[in-house]
Amino acid sequence: MFEHQLFLNAVLSGLLLGGFYASVSIGLTISFGQLNIVNIAHPAFVIVGSYAAYTANSGLGLDPIVSGILFMPVFFAGGAVFYRVYHVCFEARGDDPLRGLAFFFGIMFVIEVLLIIAYGVDYRLVEAAYIGETVGYGAITLPLRMVAPFLAALILTFGIQLFLSKTFTGRAIMAVAQDQIAVQLMAINPTYIKQIAFGIAIMTASLAGALLIVIGPVEPSMGRQYIGRVFAIAVLGGMGSIPGTLVAALILGVAESLTATFYGPSWAPAVSFGLLLGALALRPQGLFGR
Amino acid sequence: MKGSVFFIGACTVVLAGLALTRLGVNEYYFFAGYVVLQFVVLATAWNILGGYAGYVNFGSAGFFAIGVYCSIALTKAFSLPLPLLILASSIAAGLIGLATGYLTLRLRGVFFAIATLALAIVLETLVSNWSYVGGAAGTFVMRPKTVIFFDSYVEFLFIVMLVLAVSSVVIARTIERSRFGRGLRAIRDEEVAAESMGVPTLKLKLLATTLSGALMGAAGAPFSYYVTYVDPPSAFNLSFAVNAVAMPLIGGTATWLGPLIGALLLGSIQQIATVTISSELNLLIVGLTLIIFVIVAPDGLVGAARRISKWVRGN
Repeated sequence: MFEHQLFLNAVLSGLLLGGFYASVSIGLTISFGQLNIVNIAHPAFVIVGSYAAYTANSGLGLDPIVSGILFMPVFFAGGAVFYRVYHVCFEARGDDPLRGLAFFFGIMFVIEVLLIIAYGVDYRLVEAAYIGETVGYGAITLPLRMVAPFLAALILTFGIQLFLSKTFTGRAIMAVAQDQIAVQLMAINPTYIKQIAFGIAIMTASLAGALLIVIGPVEPSMGRQYIGRVFAIAVLGGMGSIPGTLVAALILGVAESLTATFYGPSWAPAVSFGLLLGALALRPQGLFGR
Repeated sequence: MKGSVFFIGACTVVLAGLALTRLGVNEYYFFAGYVVLQFVVLATAWNILGGYAGYVNFGSAGFFAIGVYCSIALTKAFSLPLPLLILASSIAAGLIGLATGYLTLRLRGVFFAIATLALAIVLETLVSNWSYVGGAAGTFVMRPKTVIFFDSYVEFLFIVMLVLAVSSVVIARTIERSRFGRGLRAIRDEEVAAESMGVPTLKLKLLATTLSGALMGAAGAPFSYYVTYVDPPSAFNLSFAVNAVAMPLIGGTATWLGPLIGALLLGSIQQIATVTISSELNLLIVGLTLIIFVIVAPDGLVGAARRISKWVRGN
């Protein structure tokens, strides 16, 4: 009976965790899956989002999730500018992806060091009314600090999916991913579309980072733990599919939660690597790949 | 450079290092030199796969740490001498390299890069849960009290790392000029074409991954004696991975000379910066240099020097 409840609780908190993982991975699904830009610095941008929310929360007393949404335009603009630089330096020259990878690796490292210089290596946390509260029904208890990010992440995921499938710009982004020449023939500038798409990818990092710091304290090098997770989710989700990303994120969340409950939390980071390697070895096109 | 001249040069470097230990130079220089030489090994090892074959390994810190922890475990169990520890560590790291490569190298190069990055994190998780080698709390390693011939243990470690660095450069140069190296270059330039011309691409890539991993493991083996206290964050330090990528890219990835120059230059700058400025700022310098070089000088210093000399001759 006890085992049964423990199991149910682990699955439920895994689903909440997985929903949050979707918000972290969705930016990578757009940049890596659709634009073919291997942005391994994406988790580092998420941590920047966490520190932006932390600064707004500790300085102005702003709600972290609200500030995560408020910072979105800033992140969008930053991402768009960043893509311009990347395009001019790498894509337009058309040489090997090795250098693009090394570039993002350097960016990740520089972001981490800059955060350490600015904020130090201590863990930082935010304050909000819902942090520390729980909701429960019978034997099931769910902390609100997990429920709120879960809901926000779901809204973000559905919003992005609606944007990509219903609006002209969104459809153009999907089209660039499939056939760039065809898009050009339709008199659409692919570089401009990609710039918007990359801006959106970085924009999601603002909210994802705010959600991360709601769930728990954050320190500058934390992004590294998410590299395995986000790539596992992007690959498992089928490289560029938003619904696939959500499903893959939920699978990873439940798998990690069960591992943490029954084997101890120190083993959880190994789960994503197992899933990633398994996906790469057995089904590299992902669960929902074409 | 002729083979014999190069070989004599390599031996001279080792002998010069030995002579230096007899001169009564301040021990600090050996202490700092060890770190620079360790980067020579890491950068050269990275370049065998990353530079020649074009497959980026972001998990150098993981392979390095396999060496570190393999030697700690063997020291605790059997207290083997250092040369045997280096041998065992390189075998262990080579085997892990082979396994990772086997799972991911058939796919696009990007997946290999991501897998290596994740590998380092998972290995760190495993080691943090392995209490025999200290777990997350770390462990102290006692240096042997005396060592034959040398005045201090640091001098001995310096010579060990010097021999490793020279050997890895010799190995890289041999590969570069062999059939194996030409096959790797063909993979880097156009893998599908190489495959259809009969180059056994998977076999060559696996061999390169194994060799590269083994050399990184060898570089990690003496680490515990050097620092005497090891915990997972120090052995898996991301700065090893960043430097292993940055140094060859800054020096130039096409030849054995590139990683050597990159490691000597960037390694020395970091040693000086750590003493004179702060260690965070010195990491920032490495990261920024990497980004600038990747954008401005894609062929590294060696490539830039070649272009300049061509231009001078052209005038």
